[in-house]
Amino acid sequence: MSKTLSEKIWDSHIVVEKENGPSLLYIDRHLIHEVTSPQAFEGIRMNKRKVRRPDLTIATMDHNVPTNDRSLPIIDQASSIQIKTLEKNCQDFGINLFDINSPYQGIVHVIGPQLGITLPGTTIVCGDSHTSTQGAFGALAFGIGTSEVEHVLVTQALWLEKLKPFEIRVEGKRKNPFAVTAKDIILSIIKKIGTAGGTGTVIEYTGEGITDLSMEQRMTICNMTIEAGARAGLIAPDEKTFDYLRGRKYTPENFEELVSVWKKDLHTDPNAKFEKSFTLKIDDIVPQVSWGTNPGMTCDVTDTVPDPKEFAKGDLAQQKSAEKALQYMDLKAGIPITEIQIDRVFIGSCTNARLEDLIAASRVVKGKKVSEKVSAMVVPGSQMVKEQAEKIGLDKIFKDANFEWRESGCSMCLGMNPDILSPGERCASTSNRNFEGRQGVGGRTHLVSPVMAAAAAIAGRFVDVREMDLN
Amino acid sequence: MKSFTKVKSIVTPFDQVNVDTDQIVPKQFLKLIQKSGFGKYLFYNWRYDSNEQPISDFVLNDSKYQNSKIFVTRDNFGCGSSREHAVWALQDFGFSVIIAPSFSDIFYSNCFKNGLLPIQLDSKIVDSIMNSSSEIEVDLESQTITTEFQTISFEIDPHKKKVLLEGLDDISLTLEYENKITDFEKKSNVPSVL
Ligand code: SF4
Repeated sequence: MSKTLSEKIWDSHIVVEKENGPSLLYIDRHLIHEVTSPQAFEGIRMNKRKVRRPDLTIATMDHNVPTNDRSLPIIDQASSIQIKTLEKNCQDFGINLFDINSPYQGIVHVIGPQLGITLPGTTIVCGDSHTSTQGAFGALAFGIGTSEVEHVLVTQALWLEKLKPFEIRVEGKRKNPFAVTAKDIILSIIKKIGTAGGTGTVIEYTGEGITDLSMEQRMTICNMTIEAGARAGLIAPDEKTFDYLRGRKYTPENFEELVSVWKKDLHTDPNAKFEKSFTLKIDDIVPQVSWGTNPGMTCDVTDTVPDPKEFAKGDLAQQKSAEKALQYMDLKAGIPITEIQIDRVFIGSCTNARLEDLIAASRVVKGKKVSEKVSAMVVPGSQMVKEQAEKIGLDKIFKDANFEWRESGCSMCLGMNPDILSPGERCASTSNRNFEGRQGVGGRTHLVSPVMAAAAAIAGRFVDVREMDLN
Repeated sequence: MKSFTKVKSIVTPFDQVNVDTDQIVPKQFLKLIQKSGFGKYLFYNWRYDSNEQPISDFVLNDSKYQNSKIFVTRDNFGCGSSREHAVWALQDFGFSVIIAPSFSDIFYSNCFKNGLLPIQLDSKIVDSIMNSSSEIEVDLESQTITTEFQTISFEIDPHKKKVLLEGLDDISLTLEYENKITDFEKKSNVPSVL
């Protein structure tokens, strides 16, 4: 029978199958972090259970960690307790932890691929919705809740309802790949299918517009899949995938053998059926800027802030939510996006803080200065990214332009550490969620690509990066 | 987990689409390491002003709904972050049932792990329930909701229903299949990461 890629991975991981019910799937990789794991370990202790496969479990601390000087103690008591709790849990249960001083520390979805923990054809879970990032390697990777974290720790398996396969085809080639990035592609997709467009599905991205992308760009696409409501997103592995994984810290010894199996197996069969499909033509895409309080509320940089009525196309609930969004964002319909002034710039997060993102942003910034009204920061996605960036002098380019250059972590993507917006501040951010208060209570977030964020930092307002002079 | 029985109460109408879990429990409260006590943080940024005073026109501050156990809302409830804290907070605040036309996948699954019953219904029916001012009764066993004017049936996966009705522990159930997990591991050749 013809199958889609996600169905193949699903089928090869079934431990117990029930008619008309969920299946018990084996989990190959389990990543954990400090915020969604403490209650899971608590449950394990209470029930006197064990962690079944510490050797398939990896931990790091990313959400809470300060991004300034790592030699200083953590001032926030609650954060410090959560971090110490993870240390103790990993020690007690024999789990490999990349702690705050490790050169491998970083945002969990960034270090998985960098360490070669993420492999094609595997099932990967983490108590974090953006686990979908790792689908870029042709893995079935998705976020779970804390109860499920406990379940996987104890059983290395998970009961799951089958997800419907959804194909999103991206056709054509970008005319200006520097200015029109993977972030703009995925924001355009979410804008079109809506934030619930993918509910109950696993999205497989296909077409030239996708195969053309580098691994890091593919990760940006799969990362924001959850913002379209889908549980997971994946891309069939190809030579780029294998090249990326070769020679990493945990790349298996029999890697080449595995590659030949993956080449044979890991693709959607020609006659396989998707339950849903959507096609996007890449030629129409221009740089995107979000204007509202969910990632679907996004428009072209050349547009004006939309009228809620037109945006909602007759759906009253959506109209109300768009009106509320404009009020929260302190924006009026009809204002050109390029007239919106900003106070802060955040280049970071598991969406857009990998080396290529920083290289691209640095090309916009080089030799210029951040606008006097703006405070801007770069937070590399992992300590490995930071080290590579420093090796090629990116830190200097950013610092010379008056950007802050930080240690890695989630930082102002969700502001659980001291990096937050003050009420009313407006931020151009390369992260993935513009929800109310996400970057700080009362803060206003506009989602953009790294090059758009860099351009906004220089101009003090949004500008079309296609019009910038580059070095 | 406590077993789920019938619930009878007035409904709390929460007339908004796409409510994300960042609103249900804002991030500043995710630093706790236990599961209890999250009710006071439910919708914190919408419930309280910057001086931590209750915002009077926010529905959860209306004394009318003080003893409500049934939360009724719109499409795509619980989207965004996977934080289970959202479920812990709704429950700790006093809700046992959430009714909406659609839920986000992770939130929906998190509900069942904690004995919170999410019910998905056609948006017209949700409309009528949202506007009912008298008590309604939710009966999981018979899969029905009884309002002043009508009885509505709802769908639920039989396995999930059983887990809720009997208050079963998911992990104990899975451990009954431990042999199968071991068999799977013998034939699987996924390299470890230690
Ligand atoms: S960077 Fe943001 S989205 Fe990514 S894992 Fe951290 S908090 Fe979540």
